[in-house]
This record gives sequence, C-alpha cells and structure tokens, in this order.
Amino acid sequence: MSGTAIANPGPVADAASPDAGAARRTIEVDNHTLNFGPQHPAAHGVLRLILEMKGELVERADPHIGLLHRGTEKFVEYKPYLQTIPYMDRLDYVSPMCMEHSYAIAIERLLGIDGDVPRRGRVIRTMFAEITRIMNHLLNITTYALDCGAITPAFPAFEQREHLLEFYEAVGGSHYHVNYFRPGGVAKDVPPEIEARIRTWCRQFPAFVEELEGLLTENRIFKQRTVDIGVMTPEQAMEWGFSGPNLRASGCAWDLRKSQPYEIYPELDFDIPVGRHGDCYDRYLVRVREMMQSLRIVEQCLDRLEPGPVRIRDFKIAPPPRREMKRSMEALIHHFKLYTEGFHVPAGATYTVTEAPKGEFGMYLVADGTNRPYRCKIRAPGFAHLQAMEVLSKGHMLADAVAIIGSLDIVFGEIDR
Amino acid sequence: MGELTTNTGASDMQAMGEAVRAALPHGTVRAIELERGAELVLRVRSDGLLDVLALLRDAPQFAFEQLMDLCGVDWPERPLRFEVVYNLLSLSRNQRIRVVTEVADAGSVPSVAGLWPCATWYEREAWDMYGIVFEGQTDLRRLLTDYGFEGHPLRKDFPLTGYVEVRYDEERKQVVYEPVKLMQDFRNFDFLSPWEGMTTLPGDEKIHHNRIEGPKP
Repeated sequence: MSGTAIANPGPVADAASPDAGAARRTIEVDNHTLNFGPQHPAAHGVLRLILEMKGELVERADPHIGLLHRGTEKFVEYKPYLQTIPYMDRLDYVSPMCMEHSYAIAIERLLGIDGDVPRRGRVIRTMFAEITRIMNHLLNITTYALDCGAITPAFPAFEQREHLLEFYEAVGGSHYHVNYFRPGGVAKDVPPEIEARIRTWCRQFPAFVEELEGLLTENRIFKQRTVDIGVMTPEQAMEWGFSGPNLRASGCAWDLRKSQPYEIYPELDFDIPVGRHGDCYDRYLVRVREMMQSLRIVEQCLDRLEPGPVRIRDFKIAPPPRREMKRSMEALIHHFKLYTEGFHVPAGATYTVTEAPKGEFGMYLVADGTNRPYRCKIRAPGFAHLQAMEVLSKGHMLADAVAIIGSLDIVFGEIDR
Repeated sequence: MGELTTNTGASDMQAMGEAVRAALPHGTVRAIELERGAELVLRVRSDGLLDVLALLRDAPQFAFEQLMDLCGVDWPERPLRFEVVYNLLSLSRNQRIRVVTEVADAGSVPSVAGLWPCATWYEREAWDMYGIVFEGQTDLRRLLTDYGFEGHPLRKDFPLTGYVEVRYDEERKQVVYEPVKLMQDFRNFDFLSPWEGMTTLPGDEKIHHNRIEGPKP
C-alpha cells in the first residue's frame, strides 16, 4: 500500500535472546502512524485517513474529511429555491437525481403541494431514482472490486453506466448534473423514444449482472478479501447511524421505500435484499441483488408511464409551458417572476428522507417565509458510514481497510457537502 | 404522500408526545408541536436534554434506536441564539421524532455521544459550523473546515465569501492565504422590498391563495 509514513515506522526489533535459537523469537512491534490519502486511489475521493498501526494491524483510524467541503449549506441560504437544486446534484455526484429527490420533496411538503404532483411526474421520478440506484451500485461494486484486485468488472460496468447516463442526457440535457427533479414534478417531459430505449436496455441488463456475478460472487480472491472483514452487528449498525444497503447487510430489513413509502413505491412489486453477516461481502451481495430489484421497478414504471402532465400546473411554482409564454402576457410574467424572485415558501421545517442508493438521504429544511431557505441541513448517509471506519477496521490489516472503505460506498461530495 | 415520514396519524403522534412529556419531570418538555400534522417535534430545555433522549432511546414504548441527524440552526435575533436539532428514527416502531433544544451563544448543550456513538461527528460538525459547545464531548475538533480555520462559517453573521482565500504562489512555491479580494461587489438581491410585500394587502389572499404572507413585521 502506498501512503507516506508521518512518523518513522518503528523498527521491527528482533529481541530474541541468543540462547533460544530460531525456535523462540520475540518480536517487538512499535506503533506507527500512517497517512493514507488524500490522493490515494483507494480513498474513493479525497479521504485523508490517519491510521495508527500496530505492526500490520490497524489500531486506530481517524478519517479527516472536509477536503471537498464547498459550503453547499451556506450557498443554499443565499439563493432562491429553484436556483439551489443544481447544488444538490453535486452532493453525491454518483447518484445526482436521488440527491435532488429529497430536496424536491422537502420543498413540496413545505409548500403543501406534495399531494398534487401529477401521476406521470411521479412515475418518471421513481423510474429515474431507480436508474440512478443502478448507476450508483455499478460504480460502487466495480470500484470496490478494483480495490480488492479485480480490474475486469469495471470495464463492462462503466459501459452499462454510460447507457444510463445517456438516458440522463436524453431527459435532462446533461450527463451528470441534470437538475431534473423540481418541486412539483420534473423539469420537462421525457422524449418519446426514451421508453423504447430503456426497455431495450432493460432486456440486456440481467445478462450483464450474471456476468458480473460470475466474475465476483464466487471469486476466491474477492471472497478472501471481503468475507468476515469489517463485520457490523445489527446493534452496532443502528447505533452508528447506518442506513441503506450497509444497514441491510447487517440483517436489518429496513428500506424507506417499503417502510415509509413515497412516490409510487407502494404500488410497485419489489423485494428488499437483506444480508446476514454484516461483513464486506454481504454489503456487496446486497447491492448486486438490489440492482436486479431496481430493474424490476424500472420495468414496472415503464408500464405505468401514461400520457399526462409531468409537473404541477401552478405557475407560481413551476414555469408555464414555453408555447403559452409566446402568446400570454400572464404566462410571461409568471416565467419572469419565477426565475428572478422565485416562489415564497411558508415558514416551517421538515425533515424529509428518501432512500438514496447509499442510504437515508435526509433534508432538514427550515423555511422562514421568504424565497430562500433559512437553513438546509443535508443528512448524508456516507457521513455516518465513514465515521464507523474506526470500529470497522480495528484489528484488521491495512489492505482490509481499503476493502472496508470500498464496501461502505463513500462519495465525498455528499460527506463534505 | 401526507404521511411521508411516519405511518401513524396526527393523533397518535400527539399522544406519543404527551406520553414523553408525562414520563419526565415537569417543565423538561417545553412544547409539543406537530409540524404540518406530519412531523412530531418536541422542544425541550437543554438541561433536560439527556433525560429526554435517553428515555426516547431506551423506553420500549418509544425505542428510537437511531440518531439520524443532529444539526444546529442559527437565529441571531433570539436570546438563545442556537437551536440544536436531533432527528431520531425508530426502526422497530417505524417512527420519527424531532427533538429541538436551544442554547445561548456562549452556552453549551450536553453531548449525546454516550447514547449514540455516531453523534461525535455530528457534534464536531455543529461545533465547526456554529461554535456550539457540546459538554462531555471529548473529541471536539473541527471537522469540515480547513486546518487552522477561524470562525464558524454557517453563522448568519459570517459572510458568504468568507475572509481568506488561498492560491498557489509561484515565487514562494507554496500555497498562501490572503484576505478575500472580490473582483466585483458581492450581490445579494433583496426580494422583500415593499413591492414584494404588497402580497399582503387586504383581500389579496383570494388572488394569492398559494403564496404566503410577506415577512412578519
């Protein structure tokens, strides 16, 4: 493992007494501190991890985060609501739409329009939330495998990811930072041909997952690196604030899409994969199985995609159609007011959560009646997961720490905010 | 969609709030609020905070096993300037609750790291961003800001542009810190001018039924 030793590594002293011979040797090992990152490829971004090593075993792990801190929460306090949505894309940049999702729902709830989002808008949001989940897991599983020595899965998985990003581009005009989910629905309707494209993609995806599983699931090296590494009991997982796949891998059958459903999840048929051991391998398995469930949801959403409006028809909150703006003075004024002043949100607070690919993505939003949020606290799942790094890696080898980081699905955009 | 965060109705939540209030010494829970009828909020005194949270976590009828979020909110005009907000989740009972306490600028709130170990980072973040002191927290280092950073950036009186900026100095071959120099003045648009305030004229609520009243006087 690369990484610079800050303190000199203690000498591995051979303090064997001369009479004992080769049969009995006492080896004294000093603690030394290792600086892992912030530019380490296995740090999944800009993680600086101060590891206190006892020989090859990790004694303490102290993550230093904040190297990607951009002050999103501060920015949001200075912008009208609509102009803050693009900041959300840049939180967890691996699953942008799921970041917008919590924020859009939070604003809808404060505005009291959460029941008025049109059906088609809901279906599209659900579908793209699940497409995003697959995208996120594809990246996590394969980079995690890469950390554990398997480079092959990354190539076909990134090809699959690219297809999904093309769907992003088709609906939002951008590969990553789409700014697509808006309060009251989505920014614009999906292009007509996208349905067929997603269906085609859905048909070939199971074969890919089978191939991916063939490369990893029973792979000896991968299992040696992950089974029984970084074990989290359900009790520990709960007290460390785990959520999402990491919590489910520990055996807690908890998924916000089932237990506190939003959008059209109640009417969809899907299962929640749950692990048993809470180790790195189970976290991998849960994610692989989740991709297949997400695929089921995407297919069901496609079946439910009926023609209709995609956003609320309240021009104080969502812009009027472009065609109307060319002819109607009122529509033009609405458009102008919406994009300059924005809309005013009644005073109140909400803690709104969605099941993002990494876990519970919460938005504690305080409105004071003006057109800008008073306070926006982003509850990032990875923040809690990374904090547990110390309990997870204690007593493991240095190389296991890398496997643990990979299995936790860390993205610094959301942790540092 | 109404009950997004909990599976219980408003009356059940109110009853739970009352049960918490009854189980604690008089005056600990200052108020029970139902935010839009969907989210239960308990406002508690900061000296009784640990009792409330310990009760909520350990009593089987509440069983809030998880601390999902802890954050500060700054209200500079209030005598007790900061709110500290705890968002709890019960997996076994599928419920959420929000506990809010208030603390003055120089005051402190008890740390809950003894109840939920995950509170440590959240408290470090609240300290970093707002300067809220958590009594009993042994690891109150800065978390998100730069090494050697001064000030608490999420306070309302901290400017958005900050005080220092960094750049790489070619001559000194190192990164240097300098006072912020803005190429153009920082623009902060005020949309609460009298023109905007006209939404509250008598009778206007009929037209603007989905807008809200302007700023409170």
